[in-house]
Amino acid sequence: MKRVYVNEEWCIGCHLCEYNCAFANSGMADMAYALKGKKIFPRIHVEGDDKITFAVSCRHCNDPICLKSCIAGAISKVDGVVKIDRRKCVGCLTCVLVCPYGALSPAEDGIMQKCELCLENSCGEPACVKGCPNKAIVYEQRGDEE
Amino acid sequence: MKRYVIIGNGTAAIGCIEGIRSVDKGGKITVISEENHHVYSRPLISYYLENKTDLQRMKYRSPDFYEKMNCEVLFGEKAVGIDTKEKKVNLANSSVEYDSLCIATGSSPFVPPFKGLDTVEKKFSFMTLDDALDLEKALDKNARVLIVGAGLIGLKCAEGIRDRVGQITVCDLADRVLSSILDNDCAAIVQKHLEENGIEFLLGNSADRFEKNTAFMKNGEEVEFDILVLAVGVRANISLVKEIGGETNRGIVVDDTMKTSIPDVFSAGDCAEGYDSSLGARRVLAILPNAYMQGHTAGVNMAGGDDTFDNAIPMNSIGFFGLHIMSAGTYDGEMREEKNEGRLRRFFIKDNNLSGFILIGDTQRAGIYTSLIREKTPLDTIDFDFTKKVASNSIFLPQTRRKKFGGVV
Repeated sequence: MKRVYVNEEWCIGCHLCEYNCAFANSGMADMAYALKGKKIFPRIHVEGDDKITFAVSCRHCNDPICLKSCIAGAISKVDGVVKIDRRKCVGCLTCVLVCPYGALSPAEDGIMQKCELCLENSCGEPACVKGCPNKAIVYEQRGDEE
Repeated sequence: MKRYVIIGNGTAAIGCIEGIRSVDKGGKITVISEENHHVYSRPLISYYLENKTDLQRMKYRSPDFYEKMNCEVLFGEKAVGIDTKEKKVNLANSSVEYDSLCIATGSSPFVPPFKGLDTVEKKFSFMTLDDALDLEKALDKNARVLIVGAGLIGLKCAEGIRDRVGQITVCDLADRVLSSILDNDCAAIVQKHLEENGIEFLLGNSADRFEKNTAFMKNGEEVEFDILVLAVGVRANISLVKEIGGETNRGIVVDDTMKTSIPDVFSAGDCAEGYDSSLGARRVLAILPNAYMQGHTAGVNMAGGDDTFDNAIPMNSIGFFGLHIMSAGTYDGEMREEKNEGRLRRFFIKDNNLSGFILIGDTQRAGIYTSLIREKTPLDTIDFDFTKKVASNSIFLPQTRRKKFGGVV
């Protein structure tokens, strides 16, 4: 399956991926209206320091420990995509405690949200990748198929 | 066609079913469920009372789960014994034959023999959905509640019912809250936060005896209450295996493949005693992630697959009134800490490994720390700065990051 991969050598630390993610998942048509003056809660995060930066989002692991650990049974894997049912999540953050990649963080309401590859939002493909100015984030198939 | 039998219908049982079906799509699976409920998320019973979930949403798997997994559930049936010669599980009036059996019987509340407990009218345990539904019926805006036990169960119960009762007092023989997962300093922060949210405490002091609506405490104090919740502790349900001579200790002893000492009998979840890799010894790890992972490993192996689960560690993520607390591993070795107002992060380092941590407040990306414990990452191979407020993947070498974020994991 296609996943989001990061080439950290090319990341310029512009954080555009975070804004594009927040906008794609906002359900709104206008980016300025959706994001201006608001604290954003993106599903991808740029990490690093003054030397190196890189974006981190869900790896959609072959064997997701978040799914196995979720106390609410809110995380599932559908066609390779690890998804969270926000109606079932109670915000205990056990998935944050177990994700080895530090890829998960809650939404503004304290309930978890996660990268679901933008397959079901208005973007239709990962918005972080689409808007990355230096192709530091790519969406492609790598490695063996499951 | 292979016949699988699972005793229990909680998280470990679901892990077991999914483990079996990842290998064997056709075998016959029978689940013996004492509780008359579709599988639900047990830790959510406090969220149910808090109106943060409901009976539909707290189903741990979809309503058509058993159908989709092609398994039969015997609801309201209790396994009374195992016949290892005939390879069958005896129920009250019938029996079920197995080729491979998984004991996922969980644990039960431990109730000390308090004098006068039988004179208390409204008393409850807080383990099962039925417990929560019973307690809910007794809730009343003016009720004074006494909770015996300041552990995870007692405190989550307190949070769940706070807005639905008049007053809550929690007592515990231990001198601090959450004594199984927090040290003194961390417990003090959490206790203060709970007190600010209206929970009262009597610590280092527990009930000695009861007389109707009065608890007579060990230090001579008397506490009046309308509702009593007993959350002293739990005990693993091991009797089915003990009776047939299987190896048991505090829990049913299992190896890394979840086999018990009895041929073709596996065990998983809160009733099992497996290896804790952070402790380097066996212990009962009564936490939900462990139940699922043990159950899944058991299921794969029952179906003829080859799986081991050898990096179990204690780990808890729990929140009270907006304050999040995370802990993992064992608190062994040299301690490093980072503090700031109402927040505390403690790390324990031994033999070049992270052995455990406690985080109060700042919990972002904590899974990076947890993975260091689980994977026993030598700390001198990474750039671990304990003074950083937030966990970061910057601690890893670029080539390690390339694998994590540039490859299939």
